[in-house]
Amino acid sequence: MADSERPNTPLDRGVFHARSEIMNADGVRRALWRMSHEILEQNRGLSELVLVGLEVGGVHLARKLAENLLEIEKQNVPVGTLDVAFYRDDIGIRQVTPRNPTDMPFDLTSRIVVLVDDVLFTGRTIRAAMDAIVDFGRPAAVQLAVMIDRGHRELPIRPDYVGKNVPTRRDELVDVTENGVLLGVMKDAKL
Amino acid sequence: MIKNHILGIDDLGKSGIEDILALSDHFYEVNTRRIPKVPALRGKTIALLFYEDSTRTRLSFETASKRLSADSLNFSIGSSSVKKGESLRDTIETISAMGVDAIVVRHGSSGVPWLLQRWTDAAVINAGDGSHEHPTQALLDCYTIRKNLGELDGKRITIVGDIKHSRVARSNVKAFLALGASVTLVGPKTLMPFNTEDWGVETTDKFDSVIGDSDVLYMLRMQLERQQKSFVPSLREYAKEYGLSDRRAQSMKPESLIMHPGPMNRGVEISSNIKEHPKSVVNNQVANGVIVRMSALYYLLGSGSVTKLEGLNDE
Repeated sequence: MADSERPNTPLDRGVFHARSEIMNADGVRRALWRMSHEILEQNRGLSELVLVGLEVGGVHLARKLAENLLEIEKQNVPVGTLDVAFYRDDIGIRQVTPRNPTDMPFDLTSRIVVLVDDVLFTGRTIRAAMDAIVDFGRPAAVQLAVMIDRGHRELPIRPDYVGKNVPTRRDELVDVTENGVLLGVMKDAKL
Repeated sequence: MIKNHILGIDDLGKSGIEDILALSDHFYEVNTRRIPKVPALRGKTIALLFYEDSTRTRLSFETASKRLSADSLNFSIGSSSVKKGESLRDTIETISAMGVDAIVVRHGSSGVPWLLQRWTDAAVINAGDGSHEHPTQALLDCYTIRKNLGELDGKRITIVGDIKHSRVARSNVKAFLALGASVTLVGPKTLMPFNTEDWGVETTDKFDSVIGDSDVLYMLRMQLERQQKSFVPSLREYAKEYGLSDRRAQSMKPESLIMHPGPMNRGVEISSNIKEHPKSVVNNQVANGVIVRMSALYYLLGSGSVTKLEGLNDE
């Protein structure tokens, strides 16, 4: 498979070299439909629900879930975006650069917040996201939806909605887009 | 990338300026929150050393430190051992020995921040050195212009007044030019530095001739404390020739800004009610000062220049 620039990774971290396709576009689409139904079923409706996409990879998935939920239930679910950079635990250890400004134009108090991300790995991003969430109010509950759970957790965090569980090596990278999910490695890092 | 200090605009270059402005969009959002504070620099200590008086710069650095969850130490000269004759070097080495991560310094002598970075491992931020540079002021002015008028590229910015004694003018000219704006300096020849032909700017002593073409009128403070001899016949005459009056403000372009770094001498470089003029973004500059200084601190202390750990991965 061809090398490509991974849009979610800064260029100085190298070029993404894909080794195998885990899901194709149809697979991603079907997984999102199933997850939409699961979210609906689990929460018995959408009345208090808010989707929060994590920058960068979770945002397009959150928007897609909201589209699906609108089609199923004819009800709009608010979508916020969250950049967790300032809450990470590796600031000062390596360069942590935020990507897109957070957009959370509503109070999260008493809402059911579904965090949406592309890949669940160590769990550290989600830990940072939970710290960030409480700065926007006190949610009734926080749930987690991810397209890929690749294992290697370093914190006691588990997802509520998963597109697919994929065993990976630590040094591999998972690339999620609406066109599919690729497993590969980064090459030629300039760091 | 290891970024150690912010001493002058030249150290940052265009890419450094762009990076700090990009960070500022994030901190702008943080400042709109109900809890305008993030844990980004928890455990970091920032010393504020102001050998010269300041309201805006010191308070905004202190606010910025607190909103990043860093601890700030305020060093006031009046109640320190500087009064007992302790030298600058000894003072810096003492503060460094206490383990600070950044030193924000303002000093009446040009070049002090450059000297100081040789004596400490901490990141140094220049908060104004003599009549030399004031890089965070230039950054917040660039951010204010970009927020109000869009990209600086192609904008015409006119800086008016006491250019000679102004560190703000020196840093701002460099930053505005780096981002593609054109700059005109206006002032009496006695208040114009001698080497402006090397700056890449236009100069004139006729204020009225450039008002209608300017996207920004940047009024400088008459620095009465730095003027040992009289550079202008009288402040009244200066105000008449170079002050921004209501009449002059009326001949400005529709989409244009009035800026001033503060503190103002109302009735000298700017007439008394101009701060409240619809084109004035002076209060905006102050608010953006906190945001941009958060960016400057994060740019240095969040850059990962400490150590590199193996096996860190993005997700």
